Amino acid sequence: MQGASVPSAQTLLDKIWSNHVVHQNPDGQSLIYIDRHLIHEGSRQAFDLLAEKGLSARRPDLTFGTPDHYVPTAGRNAAAGWDPDRRAVVEALRENAHRDGIALFDVGDRRQGIVHVIGPEQGITLPGMTLVCGDSHTATHGALGTLAFGIGASEVAHVLATQTLWQRKPKRMRIRVAGQLGPGVSAKDMILAIIAHIGAGGATGHAIEYAGTAVRALSVEGRLTLCNMSIEAGARSGLVAPDDTTIAFLSGRPYAPRGAAWDDAVLRWRALHSDPDAVFDREVVLDGAAISPMVTWGTSPEDAAPVDGRVPDPGSEPDLEKRRAMIRTLDYMGLAPGDSLGDMAFDRVFIGSCTNGRIEDLRAAARILGGRKAAIPGLVVPGSGLVKAQAEAEGLDRIFRDAGLEWRDAGCSMCVGMNGDLVASGQRCASTSNRNFVGRQGKGARTHLMSPAMVAAVALTGRLTDVRRLAQGG
Amino acid sequence: MEKFVRLKAAAVPLHEPNIDTDQLIPARFLGKPRRAGFADFLLRDRRFAEDGNEIPDFVLNKSAYRDARILLAGANFGCGSSRESAVYALSDYGFRVVIAPSFGDIFAGNCIKNGLLPVMLPDAQVAELCRQVTVTPGAPVTADLETLAVEAPDGSVFAFTMDPFKRQCLLEGLDEIGLTMRFADRIAAHEDRNDDVLQAG
Repeated sequence: MQGASVPSAQTLLDKIWSNHVVHQNPDGQSLIYIDRHLIHEGSRQAFDLLAEKGLSARRPDLTFGTPDHYVPTAGRNAAAGWDPDRRAVVEALRENAHRDGIALFDVGDRRQGIVHVIGPEQGITLPGMTLVCGDSHTATHGALGTLAFGIGASEVAHVLATQTLWQRKPKRMRIRVAGQLGPGVSAKDMILAIIAHIGAGGATGHAIEYAGTAVRALSVEGRLTLCNMSIEAGARSGLVAPDDTTIAFLSGRPYAPRGAAWDDAVLRWRALHSDPDAVFDREVVLDGAAISPMVTWGTSPEDAAPVDGRVPDPGSEPDLEKRRAMIRTLDYMGLAPGDSLGDMAFDRVFIGSCTNGRIEDLRAAARILGGRKAAIPGLVVPGSGLVKAQAEAEGLDRIFRDAGLEWRDAGCSMCVGMNGDLVASGQRCASTSNRNFVGRQGKGARTHLMSPAMVAAVALTGRLTDVRRLAQGG
Repeated sequence: MEKFVRLKAAAVPLHEPNIDTDQLIPARFLGKPRRAGFADFLLRDRRFAEDGNEIPDFVLNKSAYRDARILLAGANFGCGSSRESAVYALSDYGFRVVIAPSFGDIFAGNCIKNGLLPVMLPDAQVAELCRQVTVTPGAPVTADLETLAVEAPDGSVFAFTMDPFKRQCLLEGLDEIGLTMRFADRIAAHEDRNDDVLQAG
């Protein structure tokens, strides 16, 4: 090779990418192999596209499905009011999966749950792999060092038919969170602070690698939360290099390798990190100790502020279009410039979603609630049937029920409301989910994103409360 | 897939940042069958009031922009959910081109698969196009994928770039699955080389 005596330093992204290139065009467009494909009810259009071409899944053994968006969370039979249209969407997934021989964690299977919760939980998601799903929060799986990204229906059909995708390698971005997070500050606060810093389009065209001591100190569950919201900063993928924490998490998972294959895999995974002198297209550094519990006030995840913050003033925005957009946002959210976030009165809470529906999230919320009554109603929706079982084994369900919150079955639920779990128009909801978009939790719903502990604190008082004070005050 | 080469048509200004796909098509319509047409779902809660009547102030509802087939949008257009239905809604409504300073990555990919051209221009140029079609509603804008240029109503020309592969797909209306099938041998060879890694435990 010409002048290539020393191989150039590579990032984690470069390493995973180069292992998956089946073909590369001179212009850089690459046909890349997809190791794992996850499907939910949204795959219906893709199966329809395949049927039009008379095709079926090429590698059903690498494809895994579960219904999550349209499943009811309170009672799962028709008598309990399962809307027939929604039921039909779940049935279409079942038919398509069965016809093509795709493993399905169906309603009634205790492994059923949100696709991004069960991938890691089952060990389907593994370091160094490529993984896709017709869902933008597929970035979640990058927490295990997996190159994972969301795709549209046409791409789902393409992966089903060929197990590949045409892609151009994204640009490399590294976000380092130095130091350590303070007490009461979580991965959710970290990612909201990052998005507020770089903007909702700040990482468009990039894959983010999260690094730094504060990221290393996170559990896998925290890393899943962090990577999950990469898309809210514009990045299709977020990555954390695998380490001892990752390997300990995966050991013994049902679909993880075993025996000698496990040992081989661990050796491979140990090499999956960015070389010390690897160059990134963009680098961002944040101080973990400077991150406060965060809350969103607007209708984009970038509209996030520390818990003791105030609603900004559109009058100080120089750009006319942006100023108009801010005025529209404040009107929708029922807020005025300069309002203290602590003065907002909430109507309900939602604890769950692919962002914060894992066992650690439920534990964090239960710790705040423990033995007290909620002042406002809300749902607690575990991310999977197994998370639900674990929570019940630990008695967390009792804490939620005794507080007056509803303890539900696993699904996406009120994050997107497609199953009918909606926030009423004009209601203000403290939510552990990922999107505060206009109408996201229901037409006219006002969503404020925050961590599970912060949402639990809102449940107790009906107001925004700094969990750091709550923890200190006992 | 429908080809895209060039289009001269009226353009409508919606120059707002961060219009997400939840706004482009609210989740409550995602379970609907495509054959019914998604035009009425596009920007549903911006276009229609609770009672189903149009909101006359909203720019898409103004008579001068009724025939617009080019949408002029703000930064990060189509961010958020991967729902391809957002593109179906734009297409079924009649749009063939969206011009914006930046797009959500998944949305931009979905556009290409459905014959909708996403054109990236600097914010100042999008603002200038918006200004011209606001001063003269219905004035035509031309988007040309062969020459990679947008022509404003006053004749100014703004060049844009596009990934050569995506450009070719749009110009020829390529069926990507058909194209990929030509690489079946290489895909199979990759699978043979990586069989032990691919297996689920």
